[in-house]
Amino acid sequence: MTPLEFVLICFVISIAAGFIGSLLGLGGGLIVIPALTLALKVDIRYAIGASIVSIIATSSGAAAAYVRERMTNLRVAMVLEVATTLGALTGGFLAGRLAVRWLFVVFGLVMACSAVMMLRKRHSAASDEGEGTPWANYLRLHGSYYDGALNKEVPYRVVRARLGLALMYVAGVMSGLLGIGSGVLKVPAMDLGMRLPIKVSSATSNFMIGVTAAASAGLYFARGDINPFIAGPVAAGILVGAMVGARVMGRLHHSLIRYVFVAVLLLVSVQMLLKGVRG
Amino acid sequence: MASNGSGAASPSAPQEDHRVVRVEIVISWVLRVGVVTSLAIVVAGLVLVFVHHPDYLSSSAGMQKLIQPGAVFPNTLSSVSQGVLHTRGEAIIAIGLLLLILTPVTRVAVSILAFLYQRDHLFTFITLTVLIILLMSFVIGRIE
Repeated sequence: MTPLEFVLICFVISIAAGFIGSLLGLGGGLIVIPALTLALKVDIRYAIGASIVSIIATSSGAAAAYVRERMTNLRVAMVLEVATTLGALTGGFLAGRLAVRWLFVVFGLVMACSAVMMLRKRHSAASDEGEGTPWANYLRLHGSYYDGALNKEVPYRVVRARLGLALMYVAGVMSGLLGIGSGVLKVPAMDLGMRLPIKVSSATSNFMIGVTAAASAGLYFARGDINPFIAGPVAAGILVGAMVGARVMGRLHHSLIRYVFVAVLLLVSVQMLLKGVRG
Repeated sequence: MASNGSGAASPSAPQEDHRVVRVEIVISWVLRVGVVTSLAIVVAGLVLVFVHHPDYLSSSAGMQKLIQPGAVFPNTLSSVSQGVLHTRGEAIIAIGLLLLILTPVTRVAVSILAFLYQRDHLFTFITLTVLIILLMSFVIGRIE
């Protein structure tokens, strides 16, 4: 393989990763890391460095469109970001002090259960009445977004903000501890916990993962993990893919996004279970 | 915007809405400029790499030393700026990547200003807290 071929292959794979990542609120590391290490024989350190960049690229590439269409709930993102970053700090602190192996099994199972729960049908545009939502009211977290598939503005109410915060803290701990992408944990927490519409969950997760990854990217850069020859084409491809993905997402039907996300979630949970069982 | 679903109606709602929309436009603009500029710089850097190393186009001889441990590339601000002065492709790409990394941080900083502008003290405080924790985690260097 010549360097030119390498760059072109990286670019094409990354377009796909950016497209899928921006639709689902994931970082693209799920695709980028195995593609780089297994198919292109890149050193794992550089693959992880490129994956950190890919998270930021997915997030930033999609963000302009999501802000414009009001997919991202900035207020929810900021409130939850407090819990996630504190959780990630805790996870980093606990790393090396806990037997991680069984956590992989436990979390693999938790994620499989969330996947099944996410499949159950529910009224997509969250219940308007009913549950009291003191925190969400106080923080004014409720919102609305424009859904291109339904061709109308969809208002939604956020419920159980405290549960959402607790889940986000746990998600942060787990991603700090297990080194797994936190998007796969954030989207279910917003979807199942706070009953956000799936598109809003995904776009909000997209924003949050970018902010969190940016905080650690400087460190990876200084450590020499971000190799421009690898991270460059990956970033370029991801940006293009994410910009396209974010434009398409508004027009896709929300249950399609849900089904694809559930499939990815199951895949990741199987991976985690295997990791835990094999030790 | 045609309608706004943010339930809590307050006396100053129309003015607030107006401010929210203006802020959204600014944030969206910051993001687009950041993203498009970094994309252009990264692509320019990649092109430069091949201009300096025409053999990369056809020969696979140099491949291993690019992607295996020990690959040589700038990873400090001084080596990046040195490389840029010598129009080295890797250094230009690194500039684009650094700009990309700064985009979300800028967005959080702009959001703080935005909440201030909306006179939303609670969210100014929350967003500031996020920024501080992020900086802390950067110092401690242990965050996924």
